[in-house]
Amino acid sequence: MSDTIEQDGHGHVDVDTVQLSAELVEAASVASHDVAEYALWLGDDSLVLAQNLGWWISRAPELEEDIALGNIALDLIGHARSLLHYAGAESGRTEDDLAYWRDEPQWRSAHLFEQPNGDFAHTIARQFIAAHYLFELYSTLMESTDATLAAIAAKAVKEVDYHRDHSIQWVLRLAQGTEESRRRMITGLSDLWPFVEELFVDEPLIDRLEGVAVRPSSLRAAVEGAMFPVLAEAELEVPRGFISSGGGRRGDHSENLGPLLAELQVLARAHPGAKW
Amino acid sequence: MVTVASLARPRPSDPASQRAWDIAAEVCDPEVPVLTIEDLGVLRSVAVTADGTHVILTPTYSGCPAMEAMRDDVTSALAGAGYQNVTVELVLSPAWTTDWMSDEGKAKLVGYGIAAPTGHSGVRPTGTVRLQLAVKCPRCSSLNTRELARFGSTSCKALYECRDCLEPFDYFKVL
Repeated sequence: MSDTIEQDGHGHVDVDTVQLSAELVEAASVASHDVAEYALWLGDDSLVLAQNLGWWISRAPELEEDIALGNIALDLIGHARSLLHYAGAESGRTEDDLAYWRDEPQWRSAHLFEQPNGDFAHTIARQFIAAHYLFELYSTLMESTDATLAAIAAKAVKEVDYHRDHSIQWVLRLAQGTEESRRRMITGLSDLWPFVEELFVDEPLIDRLEGVAVRPSSLRAAVEGAMFPVLAEAELEVPRGFISSGGGRRGDHSENLGPLLAELQVLARAHPGAKW
Repeated sequence: MVTVASLARPRPSDPASQRAWDIAAEVCDPEVPVLTIEDLGVLRSVAVTADGTHVILTPTYSGCPAMEAMRDDVTSALAGAGYQNVTVELVLSPAWTTDWMSDEGKAKLVGYGIAAPTGHSGVRPTGTVRLQLAVKCPRCSSLNTRELARFGSTSCKALYECRDCLEPFDYFKVL
Protein backbone atom coordinates (compact mmCIF):
# COMPACT_ATOMS: atom_id res chain seq x y z
CA MET A 1 0.00 0.00 0.00
CA SER A 2 2.73 2.44 0.86
CA ASP A 3 4.15 1.90 -2.65
CA THR A 4 1.00 3.18 -4.32
CA ILE A 5 1.01 6.26 -2.12
CA GLU A 6 4.64 7.04 -2.77
CA GLN A 7 4.06 6.97 -6.52
CA ASP A 8 1.63 9.81 -6.24
CA GLY A 9 1.50 11.92 -3.10
CA HIS A 10 -2.26 11.99 -2.72
CA GLY A 11 -4.50 10.11 -5.07
CA HIS A 12 -4.68 6.74 -6.79
CA VAL A 13 -4.95 4.85 -3.56
CA ASP A 14 -6.87 1.64 -3.93
CA VAL A 15 -9.46 1.94 -1.21
CA ASP A 16 -9.54 -1.76 -0.53
CA THR A 17 -5.85 -1.84 0.29
CA VAL A 18 -6.03 0.93 2.89
CA GLN A 19 -6.83 -1.28 5.80
CA LEU A 20 -5.70 -0.04 9.15
CA SER A 21 -5.87 -3.49 10.72
CA ALA A 22 -3.48 -4.88 8.12
CA GLU A 23 -1.13 -2.00 8.80
CA LEU A 24 -1.23 -2.76 12.48
CA VAL A 25 -0.26 -6.38 11.98
CA GLU A 26 2.73 -5.42 9.87
CA ALA A 27 4.05 -3.03 12.47
CA ALA A 28 7.78 -3.03 12.95
CA SER A 29 7.62 -1.29 16.30
CA VAL A 30 4.76 -2.13 18.63
CA ALA A 31 5.23 1.01 20.69
CA SER A 32 5.08 3.43 17.81
CA HIS A 33 2.11 1.58 16.38
CA ASP A 34 0.26 1.98 19.64
CA VAL A 35 1.12 5.65 19.78
CA ALA A 36 -0.11 6.05 16.20
CA GLU A 37 -3.37 4.32 17.11
CA TYR A 38 -3.80 6.62 20.09
CA ALA A 39 -3.12 9.69 17.95
CA LEU A 40 -5.83 8.37 15.63
CA TRP A 41 -8.35 8.29 18.49
CA LEU A 42 -7.75 11.92 19.28
CA GLY A 43 -7.39 13.09 15.70
CA ASP A 44 -10.61 11.38 14.62
CA ASP A 45 -12.56 12.91 17.52
CA SER A 46 -11.46 16.39 16.47
CA LEU A 47 -11.96 15.92 12.74
CA VAL A 48 -15.43 14.42 13.10
CA LEU A 49 -16.52 17.19 15.47
CA ALA A 50 -15.10 19.86 13.14
CA GLN A 51 -16.97 18.37 10.19
CA ASN A 52 -20.21 18.50 12.18
CA LEU A 53 -19.63 22.08 13.34
CA GLY A 54 -18.84 23.34 9.85
CA TRP A 55 -22.47 22.73 8.89
CA TRP A 56 -23.52 25.67 11.07
CA ILE A 57 -21.70 28.25 8.99
CA SER A 58 -24.51 30.41 7.55
CA ARG A 59 -27.12 28.56 9.63
CA ALA A 60 -26.44 29.59 13.25
CA PRO A 61 -28.95 31.74 15.18
CA GLU A 62 -26.81 34.84 14.64
CA LEU A 63 -23.85 35.90 12.55
CA GLU A 64 -21.49 35.89 15.53
CA GLU A 65 -22.31 32.22 16.11
CA ASP A 66 -21.59 31.31 12.48
CA ILE A 67 -18.17 32.80 13.09
CA ALA A 68 -17.68 31.29 16.54
CA LEU A 69 -18.60 27.75 15.50
CA GLY A 70 -16.57 28.13 12.30
CA ASN A 71 -13.52 29.26 14.29
CA ILE A 72 -13.92 26.43 16.79
CA ALA A 73 -14.13 23.97 13.89
CA LEU A 74 -10.98 25.49 12.41
CA ASP A 75 -9.06 25.02 15.66
CA LEU A 76 -10.24 21.40 15.79
CA ILE A 77 -9.14 20.80 12.19
CA GLY A 78 -5.74 22.16 13.20
CA HIS A 79 -5.53 19.66 16.06
CA ALA A 80 -6.74 16.85 13.79
CA ARG A 81 -4.12 17.70 11.16
CA SER A 82 -1.29 17.55 13.69
CA LEU A 83 -2.58 14.32 15.21
CA LEU A 84 -3.33 12.54 11.93
CA HIS A 85 -0.02 13.67 10.47
CA TYR A 86 1.67 12.05 13.45
CA ALA A 87 -0.53 8.95 13.30
CA GLY A 88 0.13 8.43 9.59
CA ALA A 89 3.87 9.02 9.52
CA GLU A 90 4.47 5.63 11.06
CA SER A 91 2.68 3.80 8.20
CA GLY A 92 3.75 6.13 5.40
CA ARG A 93 0.38 7.84 5.09
CA THR A 94 -0.40 11.53 4.97
CA GLU A 95 -3.10 13.26 7.00
CA ASP A 96 -5.19 13.39 3.80
CA ASP A 97 -4.78 9.65 3.22
CA LEU A 98 -6.18 9.05 6.70
CA ALA A 99 -8.98 11.59 6.41
CA TYR A 100 -10.23 10.66 2.94
CA TRP A 101 -9.35 7.03 2.36
CA ARG A 102 -10.43 5.18 5.47
CA ASP A 103 -13.86 3.59 5.67
CA GLU A 104 -16.11 3.73 8.69
CA PRO A 105 -14.77 0.69 10.62
CA GLN A 106 -11.26 2.16 10.45
CA TRP A 107 -12.27 5.36 12.24
CA ARG A 108 -11.63 5.63 15.97
CA SER A 109 -13.86 8.55 16.99
CA ALA A 110 -16.01 8.27 20.10
CA HIS A 111 -19.78 8.41 19.56
CA LEU A 112 -20.21 11.81 21.21
CA PHE A 113 -18.39 13.58 18.40
CA GLU A 114 -20.48 11.82 15.75
CA GLN A 115 -23.82 12.85 17.16
CA PRO A 116 -25.85 15.02 14.79
CA ASN A 117 -26.01 18.78 15.24
CA GLY A 118 -29.72 18.67 16.07
CA ASP A 119 -30.99 22.10 17.03
CA PHE A 120 -28.63 24.75 18.39
CA ALA A 121 -29.12 23.51 21.97
CA HIS A 122 -28.04 20.00 20.96
CA THR A 123 -24.90 21.40 19.37
CA ILE A 124 -24.19 23.45 22.50
CA ALA A 125 -24.73 20.40 24.73
CA ARG A 126 -22.28 18.42 22.58
CA GLN A 127 -19.79 21.32 22.70
CA PHE A 128 -20.19 21.62 26.46
CA ILE A 129 -19.28 17.97 27.02
CA ALA A 130 -16.63 17.81 24.28
CA ALA A 131 -14.79 21.00 25.28
CA HIS A 132 -14.68 20.02 28.95
CA TYR A 133 -13.38 16.57 28.05
CA LEU A 134 -10.81 17.91 25.58
CA PHE A 135 -9.62 20.59 27.99
CA GLU A 136 -8.89 18.08 30.76
CA LEU A 137 -7.45 15.59 28.27
CA TYR A 138 -4.97 18.05 26.79
CA SER A 139 -4.13 19.55 30.19
CA THR A 140 -2.92 16.09 31.20
CA LEU A 141 -1.46 15.08 27.83
CA MET A 142 0.88 18.08 28.03
CA GLU A 143 2.86 15.94 30.49
CA SER A 144 3.09 12.96 28.13
CA THR A 145 6.48 11.31 27.75
CA ASP A 146 5.83 11.41 24.01
CA ALA A 147 7.23 14.81 22.97
CA THR A 148 5.01 15.19 19.88
CA LEU A 149 1.77 14.45 21.72
CA ALA A 150 2.86 16.78 24.54
CA ALA A 151 3.55 19.59 22.05
CA ILE A 152 0.21 19.16 20.26
CA ALA A 153 -1.59 19.12 23.61
CA ALA A 154 0.19 22.24 24.92
CA LYS A 155 -0.91 24.10 21.80
CA ALA A 156 -4.45 22.73 21.72
CA VAL A 157 -5.28 23.26 25.40
CA LYS A 158 -5.15 27.05 25.09
CA GLU A 159 -7.57 27.00 22.18
CA VAL A 160 -9.92 24.49 23.76
CA ASP A 161 -10.07 26.75 26.82
CA TYR A 162 -11.87 29.32 24.64
CA HIS A 163 -14.22 26.62 23.31
CA ARG A 164 -15.08 25.65 26.86
CA ASP A 165 -15.91 29.23 27.78
CA HIS A 166 -18.07 29.58 24.71
CA SER A 167 -20.12 26.51 25.57
CA ILE A 168 -20.52 27.51 29.23
CA GLN A 169 -21.88 30.91 28.30
CA TRP A 170 -24.44 29.34 25.98
CA VAL A 171 -25.52 26.67 28.47
CA LEU A 172 -26.18 29.40 31.03
CA ARG A 173 -27.94 31.65 28.54
CA LEU A 174 -30.18 28.96 27.06
CA ALA A 175 -31.04 27.41 30.43
CA GLN A 176 -31.90 30.77 31.97
CA GLY A 177 -33.43 32.35 28.87
CA THR A 178 -36.98 31.73 27.77
CA GLU A 179 -39.14 28.75 28.65
CA GLU A 180 -38.53 27.45 25.12
CA SER A 181 -34.74 27.86 25.22
CA ARG A 182 -34.64 26.13 28.60
CA ARG A 183 -36.78 23.27 27.35
CA ARG A 184 -34.45 22.80 24.40
CA MET A 185 -31.30 22.96 26.55
CA ILE A 186 -32.71 20.25 28.83
CA THR A 187 -33.60 18.07 25.83
CA GLY A 188 -30.22 18.62 24.19
CA LEU A 189 -28.34 17.74 27.34
CA SER A 190 -30.36 14.60 28.02
CA ASP A 191 -29.97 13.44 24.38
CA LEU A 192 -26.18 13.88 24.45
CA TRP A 193 -25.49 12.66 27.99
CA PRO A 194 -25.59 8.91 27.15
CA PHE A 195 -22.36 9.45 25.17
CA VAL A 196 -20.35 10.85 28.09
CA GLU A 197 -19.52 7.45 29.53
CA GLU A 198 -17.54 6.21 26.51
CA LEU A 199 -15.06 9.06 26.99
CA PHE A 200 -13.94 7.49 30.28
CA VAL A 201 -13.54 3.88 29.11
CA ASP A 202 -10.01 2.43 29.33
CA GLU A 203 -9.38 0.27 26.28
CA PRO A 204 -6.49 -2.28 26.37
CA LEU A 205 -4.42 0.15 24.27
CA ILE A 206 -4.16 2.47 27.25
CA ASP A 207 -2.44 -0.22 29.36
CA ARG A 208 0.32 -0.39 26.75
CA LEU A 209 0.83 3.38 26.72
CA GLU A 210 1.48 4.16 30.36
CA GLY A 211 2.95 7.65 30.61
CA VAL A 212 2.29 8.34 26.93
CA ALA A 213 -1.51 8.32 26.75
CA VAL A 214 -3.95 9.79 29.22
CA ARG A 215 -5.96 7.12 31.00
CA PRO A 216 -9.57 8.01 30.12
CA SER A 217 -11.01 6.88 33.47
CA SER A 218 -8.62 9.25 35.24
CA LEU A 219 -10.31 12.25 33.60
CA ARG A 220 -13.78 11.63 34.99
CA ALA A 221 -13.35 13.50 38.25
CA ALA A 222 -11.92 16.63 36.62
CA VAL A 223 -14.40 16.70 33.73
CA GLU A 224 -17.42 16.16 35.96
CA GLY A 225 -15.97 18.51 38.57
CA ALA A 226 -15.88 21.27 35.97
CA MET A 227 -19.24 20.54 34.31
CA PHE A 228 -21.45 19.93 37.33
CA PRO A 229 -21.09 23.40 38.91
CA VAL A 230 -22.06 25.00 35.60
CA LEU A 231 -25.13 22.78 35.38
CA ALA A 232 -25.98 23.68 38.98
CA GLU A 233 -25.63 27.38 38.22
CA ALA A 234 -27.89 26.90 35.19
CA GLU A 235 -30.33 25.01 37.44
CA LEU A 236 -30.08 21.96 35.23
CA GLU A 237 -30.02 18.43 36.58
CA VAL A 238 -27.32 16.00 35.56
CA PRO A 239 -29.21 13.66 33.22
CA ARG A 240 -29.55 10.03 34.27
CA GLY A 241 -30.60 6.85 32.55
CA PHE A 242 -29.64 5.32 29.23
CA ILE A 243 -25.90 4.89 28.54
CA SER A 244 -24.62 4.30 25.03
CA SER A 245 -22.70 1.07 24.45
CA GLY A 246 -19.93 3.05 22.75
CA GLY A 247 -17.25 1.13 20.88
CA GLY A 248 -15.96 3.92 18.65
CA ARG A 249 -12.35 3.21 19.63
CA ARG A 250 -12.77 -0.31 18.23
CA GLY A 251 -14.42 0.88 15.02
CA ASP A 252 -18.03 0.27 16.12
CA HIS A 253 -19.79 3.50 15.27
CA SER A 254 -23.18 5.10 15.52
CA GLU A 255 -25.34 5.34 12.41
CA ASN A 256 -24.28 8.98 12.09
CA LEU A 257 -20.67 8.46 11.08
CA GLY A 258 -21.35 6.93 7.64
CA PRO A 259 -23.27 9.90 6.19
CA LEU A 260 -20.80 12.32 7.78
CA LEU A 261 -17.85 10.55 6.15
CA ALA A 262 -19.68 10.38 2.82
CA GLU A 263 -19.82 14.16 2.76
CA LEU A 264 -16.29 14.60 4.13
CA GLN A 265 -14.76 12.22 1.60
CA VAL A 266 -16.83 12.57 -1.55
CA LEU A 267 -14.70 15.18 -3.28
CA ALA A 268 -11.39 13.45 -2.64
CA ARG A 269 -12.80 10.13 -3.83
CA ALA A 270 -14.55 11.53 -6.89
CA HIS A 271 -11.39 13.34 -7.99
CA PRO A 272 -8.41 11.41 -6.59
CA GLY A 273 -5.29 13.53 -6.44
CA ALA A 274 -7.15 16.75 -7.28
CA LYS A 275 -5.41 19.96 -6.24
CA TRP A 276 -6.47 23.58 -6.23
CA MET B 1 19.42 32.81 31.01
CA VAL B 2 16.35 32.51 28.84
CA THR B 3 14.29 35.66 29.11
CA VAL B 4 10.88 36.33 27.62
CA ALA B 5 12.54 38.72 25.16
CA SER B 6 14.98 36.11 23.84
CA LEU B 7 12.20 33.54 23.53
CA ALA B 8 10.09 36.03 21.64
CA ARG B 9 12.74 37.06 19.11
CA PRO B 10 15.40 34.34 18.89
CA ARG B 11 17.54 36.15 16.28
CA PRO B 12 20.58 33.99 15.49
CA SER B 13 24.08 35.03 16.54
CA ASP B 14 26.14 34.22 13.44
CA PRO B 15 26.28 37.00 10.82
CA ALA B 16 25.26 34.85 7.81
CA SER B 17 22.13 33.59 9.56
CA GLN B 18 21.39 37.06 10.87
CA ARG B 19 21.29 38.45 7.32
CA ALA B 20 18.84 35.72 6.29
CA TRP B 21 16.79 36.28 9.46
CA ASP B 22 16.46 39.99 8.62
CA ILE B 23 15.07 39.10 5.17
CA ALA B 24 12.63 36.51 6.53
CA ALA B 25 11.64 38.96 9.29
CA GLU B 26 10.23 41.35 6.68
CA VAL B 27 7.47 38.89 5.68
CA CYS B 28 4.07 40.10 6.84
CA ASP B 29 1.05 38.29 8.20
CA PRO B 30 -1.36 38.06 5.22
CA GLU B 31 -4.37 38.63 7.51
CA VAL B 32 -2.88 41.48 9.56
CA PRO B 33 -0.51 43.03 7.01
CA VAL B 34 0.93 45.64 9.40
CA LEU B 35 2.58 42.91 11.44
CA THR B 36 5.71 41.09 10.36
CA ILE B 37 6.23 37.49 11.36
CA GLU B 38 8.99 38.78 13.64
CA ASP B 39 6.56 41.20 15.37
CA LEU B 40 4.18 38.29 15.89
CA GLY B 41 6.84 36.01 17.33
CA VAL B 42 6.07 33.41 14.66
CA LEU B 43 9.61 33.43 13.25
CA ARG B 44 11.52 31.04 15.50
CA SER B 45 14.82 30.25 13.81
CA VAL B 46 16.86 30.91 10.68
CA ALA B 47 20.04 28.92 10.06
CA VAL B 48 22.29 29.27 7.02
CA THR B 49 24.59 26.30 6.51
CA ALA B 50 26.51 24.77 3.63
CA ASP B 51 23.47 22.62 2.89
CA GLY B 52 21.01 25.47 2.58
CA THR B 53 18.81 27.77 4.62
CA HIS B 54 16.51 26.31 7.23
CA VAL B 55 13.70 28.39 8.72
CA ILE B 56 11.44 27.44 11.61
CA LEU B 57 8.01 29.01 12.07
CA THR B 58 5.43 28.27 14.73
CA PRO B 59 1.69 28.62 14.10
CA THR B 60 -0.34 31.15 16.05
CA TYR B 61 -3.46 28.94 16.15
CA SER B 62 -3.44 25.24 15.25
CA GLY B 63 -5.78 25.72 12.31
CA CYS B 64 -4.59 29.12 11.14
CA PRO B 65 -4.77 29.06 7.32
CA ALA B 66 -2.33 32.00 7.09
CA MET B 67 0.55 29.67 7.96
CA GLU B 68 0.70 28.26 4.43
CA ALA B 69 0.94 31.77 2.99
CA MET B 70 3.64 32.73 5.50
CA ARG B 71 5.62 29.63 4.66
CA ASP B 72 5.43 30.39 0.91
CA ASP B 73 6.29 34.06 1.43
CA VAL B 74 9.36 33.23 3.53
CA THR B 75 10.53 30.74 0.90
CA SER B 76 10.14 33.23 -1.95
CA ALA B 77 11.65 36.15 0.01
CA LEU B 78 14.79 34.14 0.74
CA ALA B 79 14.95 32.57 -2.72
CA GLY B 80 14.54 36.06 -4.23
CA ALA B 81 17.54 37.22 -2.18
CA GLY B 82 19.62 34.41 -3.64
CA TYR B 83 19.43 31.82 -0.86
CA GLN B 84 19.59 28.22 -2.04
CA ASN B 85 17.74 25.17 -0.78
CA VAL B 86 15.36 27.06 1.48
CA THR B 87 13.33 24.81 3.74
CA VAL B 88 10.61 26.04 6.10
CA GLU B 89 9.54 23.84 8.97
CA LEU B 90 6.52 24.36 11.23
CA VAL B 91 7.05 23.43 14.86
CA LEU B 92 4.46 23.44 17.65
CA SER B 93 6.69 23.56 20.70
CA PRO B 94 7.08 25.77 22.60
CA ALA B 95 3.50 26.80 21.90
CA TRP B 96 3.11 30.31 20.52
CA THR B 97 1.76 32.95 22.87
CA THR B 98 0.72 36.57 22.44
CA ASP B 99 3.35 37.31 25.11
CA TRP B 100 5.89 37.05 22.29
CA MET B 101 4.37 39.89 20.32
CA SER B 102 6.80 42.82 20.25
CA ASP B 103 5.90 46.24 21.66
CA GLU B 104 6.41 47.70 18.18
CA GLY B 105 4.00 45.08 16.87
CA LYS B 106 1.40 46.02 19.48
CA ALA B 107 1.74 49.70 18.59
CA LYS B 108 1.35 48.88 14.88
CA LEU B 109 -1.77 46.83 15.63
CA VAL B 110 -3.40 49.74 17.44
CA GLY B 111 -2.49 52.11 14.61
CA TYR B 112 -4.18 49.66 12.23
CA GLY B 113 -7.38 49.69 14.30
CA ILE B 114 -6.97 46.40 16.19
CA ALA B 115 -6.71 46.48 19.99
CA ALA B 116 -3.54 44.73 21.15
CA PRO B 117 -3.64 41.80 23.60
CA THR B 118 -3.90 42.91 27.24
CA GLY B 119 -2.34 40.95 30.06
CA HIS B 120 -0.46 37.70 29.86
CA SER B 121 -1.28 34.25 28.64
CA GLY B 122 -1.77 31.26 30.89
CA VAL B 123 -4.25 28.46 30.94
CA ARG B 124 -6.43 28.97 33.93
CA PRO B 125 -7.06 26.02 36.19
CA THR B 126 -10.52 24.53 36.22
CA GLY B 127 -13.00 26.49 38.26
CA THR B 128 -11.19 29.82 38.24
CA VAL B 129 -12.54 32.90 36.55
CA ARG B 130 -10.80 34.51 33.62
CA LEU B 131 -9.77 38.02 34.62
CA GLN B 132 -9.02 40.40 31.84
CA LEU B 133 -7.89 44.01 31.86
CA ALA B 134 -10.20 46.41 30.10
CA VAL B 135 -9.64 46.51 26.36
CA LYS B 136 -8.83 49.97 25.08
CA CYS B 137 -10.66 51.27 21.99
CA PRO B 138 -8.02 51.70 19.25
CA ARG B 139 -9.89 54.74 17.89
CA CYS B 140 -10.74 56.90 20.90
CA SER B 141 -8.68 55.13 23.62
CA SER B 142 -11.73 54.74 25.85
CA LEU B 143 -11.68 51.84 28.30
CA ASN B 144 -15.47 51.74 28.26
CA THR B 145 -15.71 48.84 25.83
CA ARG B 146 -17.46 45.48 25.76
CA GLU B 147 -17.04 42.15 24.06
CA LEU B 148 -19.63 41.44 21.36
CA ALA B 149 -18.27 38.04 20.34
CA ARG B 150 -15.25 36.12 21.55
CA PHE B 151 -14.65 34.68 18.08
CA GLY B 152 -14.02 37.21 15.34
CA SER B 153 -12.92 37.60 11.74
CA THR B 154 -9.85 35.38 12.24
CA SER B 155 -8.89 32.78 14.86
CA CYS B 156 -6.77 35.28 16.75
CA LYS B 157 -9.36 38.03 17.17
CA ALA B 158 -12.51 38.82 19.14
CA LEU B 159 -15.11 41.44 18.25
CA TYR B 160 -15.57 44.41 20.61
CA GLU B 161 -17.50 47.64 20.59
CA CYS B 162 -16.67 50.98 22.16
CA ARG B 163 -19.45 52.43 24.31
CA ASP B 164 -18.08 55.95 23.94
CA CYS B 165 -17.36 56.35 20.23
CA LEU B 166 -19.83 53.51 19.44
CA GLU B 167 -17.52 51.91 16.86
CA PRO B 168 -16.97 48.17 16.67
CA PHE B 169 -13.37 46.96 16.58
CA ASP B 170 -11.26 43.81 16.54
CA TYR B 171 -9.29 42.74 19.59
CA PHE B 172 -6.27 40.45 19.32
CA LYS B 173 -7.04 37.83 21.99
CA VAL B 174 -4.55 36.75 24.62
CA LEU B 175 -3.42 33.20 23.93
